[in-house]
Amino acid sequence: MRTSTTARAGQYAALLAYLVFLAFPFLWLISTAFKPARELGSLHPTWIPRDPTLDNFRQAFDEQPLLQAALNSLAAALGAAVIAVLVATPMAYVMARRRGRLGRAVTGWVVVSQAFPFVLLIIPLFLVLKNLGLINSVPGLVMVYVVWSLPFALWMLTGYVRAVPAELEEAAAVDGAGRLRTLVSVTAPLLAPGIVATALFAFITAWNEFFFALILLKTPERQTLPVILTHFIGAEGVADLGPLAAAAFLATLPSLVIFALIQRRITGGMLAGAVKS
Amino acid sequence: MRTRTRTRTGTRTATLFAALALLLAGCSPGGDGRDDGRITLRFQSLAWQEESVEANKELVREWNATHPDVRVEYVQGSWDSVHDQLLTSFEGGEAPDIIHDASDDLADFAYGGYLADLSGLLPERLKSDIPGRSWETVTFGDGVYGVPFLQEPRVLIANADLLRTSGVRVPTPEHPWTWAEFRQVTKRLSGDGRYGVAWPLKEPVSATLNLSLSSGGRMFHRDADGKVTVRFEEGDEVMPRTVHDQVGTDRSASSDTLGSGGSDTLPGFFAGKYAMVPLGFSYRQQIEQQAPEGFDWQVLPAPAGTEGLAQGVSPQTLSIAEDTPYKKEAVAFLDFLLQPDNMVRLALGDWMLPTGTRALKDPALHTDEDGWATGTALAGHLRSAPAQSVRGYAEWKDKVATPALQEYYSGAIGMAELRGRLEEDGNLVLARYQR
Repeated sequence: MRTSTTARAGQYAALLAYLVFLAFPFLWLISTAFKPARELGSLHPTWIPRDPTLDNFRQAFDEQPLLQAALNSLAAALGAAVIAVLVATPMAYVMARRRGRLGRAVTGWVVVSQAFPFVLLIIPLFLVLKNLGLINSVPGLVMVYVVWSLPFALWMLTGYVRAVPAELEEAAAVDGAGRLRTLVSVTAPLLAPGIVATALFAFITAWNEFFFALILLKTPERQTLPVILTHFIGAEGVADLGPLAAAAFLATLPSLVIFALIQRRITGGMLAGAVKS
Repeated sequence: MRTRTRTRTGTRTATLFAALALLLAGCSPGGDGRDDGRITLRFQSLAWQEESVEANKELVREWNATHPDVRVEYVQGSWDSVHDQLLTSFEGGEAPDIIHDASDDLADFAYGGYLADLSGLLPERLKSDIPGRSWETVTFGDGVYGVPFLQEPRVLIANADLLRTSGVRVPTPEHPWTWAEFRQVTKRLSGDGRYGVAWPLKEPVSATLNLSLSSGGRMFHRDADGKVTVRFEEGDEVMPRTVHDQVGTDRSASSDTLGSGGSDTLPGFFAGKYAMVPLGFSYRQQIEQQAPEGFDWQVLPAPAGTEGLAQGVSPQTLSIAEDTPYKKEAVAFLDFLLQPDNMVRLALGDWMLPTGTRALKDPALHTDEDGWATGTALAGHLRSAPAQSVRGYAEWKDKVATPALQEYYSGAIGMAELRGRLEEDGNLVLARYQR
C-alpha cells in the first residue's frame, strides 16, 4: 500500500513538473505582454508585472495589421482543415478496409513523405503556384497546407476507421442498408470524434505554420499571423519584446480556445454505446 | 426528427462552406495596378521600430501625393527572414521592385544577377553625396548593387555615474582610449561583483573583424589575381587579445555574456553589474526605453588603435531588382527617399547614422542628447566591413571563425591555436569558392 502511495505521489510530481515545463513559456509570454518597457530591462524580473500596461497591445495593433493577419490565418487554417478532412476521410476508409499490397505501399509512401524537409519543397512549390497564379494568395497557401497535412491526417483517420468494428457495417448491410447509407448513417457518426481530432490537427498546424507563409505571401494584407510576428524583430535579432509578446499571446489564443471547446469530443470514448455488451 | 437533424447538419455545413468561401475570397490577390495607366512600384522595407516604420510610411505617402503616375506600395519585410524570402522571390520572378537590405547580404544576389547595376542609373547628386568608402560596401565586381543609406558604428555605452565616481578619463572621438588604456579602465571599474565591461559576443566574428580595423587588422588579403586568403596578423590580434585578457586574466569582463546578444546584457547594465557594454549605435533606442528612471548613461567611442577609430560597417542598403521594367522610376523614388532631409528622418527613426554627407550635417544629429554627437563624429571613420565581398565568407564564419573565436574568448584555446584554425582551416574553406 505504501509503495503504491509513493508511486502515485511520484507520478503526480512528474506530472506537475511536466505541466510546469509546458506552461512556463506561455505564462512568461503573458507576463511579458503586460509589462512596460522599463520592467522588461530589469535584472530581477517578476512573474506579475509591477506596473501592468496595455501599451504593448496598443503598439502591436498600431504597428502591424494584426486583425487582417488573424483573418488570413483563420481562412488558411479553416480552409486547410476542412479540405484535408474531406479528402482524407474517404481515402482513409479505403485504406483501412481494403488491405492489400497497394494499401501498404500507399501507407509507406505517406509515412516517407513526412520526411521531406520544407526547404527541399519550397522552390518547386513556389514555381508551381506561380504558374497557377496563386502566389500571394491565401487559397494558394491553403492548397499547400492541405497537401502538407494530408499524410498525417490520412494516417490518423485510417487508425480511427480501423477502430470502427466492421461487424457494425455488416449488420447494417444485413438490415438492408446500401454501402452509401451504411457509410453515412453508421460509420460516419462513429468517426466524428476522429474527424474532429484530425481537423483540429490540420487547423493548428496551418494556424502556426510560418515558413511556407513567409515565402508564398508577399504583401502585409495577405500575410498570416506567424509572419507578421517576425516584423517585431529587427536586425541582429533585436526584438521589440513587449509588442512581440502581446501579439504572440493574441496569436496563441484561438488555438487554445478551439482546443478547450472540443477536447472533450476527442478524449471521449469513440465507440461509447456503439456495441451492446 | 432525423430529417430535422439532417437539415440542421446540412445548414451548418453550408454555412461553414459559405464562411470559408467568403474568407478565401477576401484573401485572394488583387490586381497589381499596372494596367490602369499608372506604374506601381513595390518597396519592401525592413523598418521595424515604431518610429522607423512611421518615417518610411510617411515618406511613401509624400511621394504618392506628388507622383500620381508612379505609385509606391509599401511592403513590410522582416530582418529575421529577408535572405530566404528574397531568394525565393527572385527565383520565382516575384521580387519587390525596391529592396531594403544590408550590404553584407547583397553579394549572392549581386553575383547571381538578381539586382540591377545602379552605376549608370543613379543621379550625380546621390553619387557625390555618399562617400566612396560607403559605396565600396555595395560594389561587387564592376557594378554597384545598392545605395548605402544608414549605418551604425559599434560604441561603448557606459554607466555615467560609475565613470564619474571612478575618476577615469572619459574618452571623446578626438581623444579616444587606446585598447591598452581601455583594458586598464575596465580593471579600475571592476570589483564588488561588478565588471568593467560585458562583451555580448553571441556573433563574435563581425564584432571582431569590424573592431580590428582600428589596429590595422584586415584578416582577408586579396592578391593580384583577386584570390583571397586569410592571414591573422599582428593588427588582427589586438582586439581579440584584449577581450581574452579582460575575461581570463583581469576578470574585468564577464564570461557569462560571451554567448549573449546585445539586448541580453542590458538588464545587468541597468542594474550596475556592468559598467560598460559595447553595442551597435542603434541600441540607444532600447536603452532609452528600458533604462530605469534616473539611470544616467552615455555614449563613448570604441577604443582606437594604430588606425585610429576606424571600424568596419555593413550599411543598410536600397537596391533595385534586375527584373523590374521600371528602373528609372525606381531610381527616382530612391533619389526622393534619400534627399538629405529625408535621410535624416530615416536615420532618426532607426537611431542610426545617415551615410550622406549633407544629411550628417543636420543639427539633429549633433545634439549631445542620447549620444548623437559622439556617433556622428565617428561617421568619418567607418569603412567597409572586411569580409564584405569575400566569397565563402558565410561558411568560413559559421564553420571556422565562430567556434574558434568563441573558444578563444572563453579561454579554451590560445592565440596560436586560434591563428592556426582561422588561417589553415579557413583557407581550405575559401579555396573551394575560388577554384
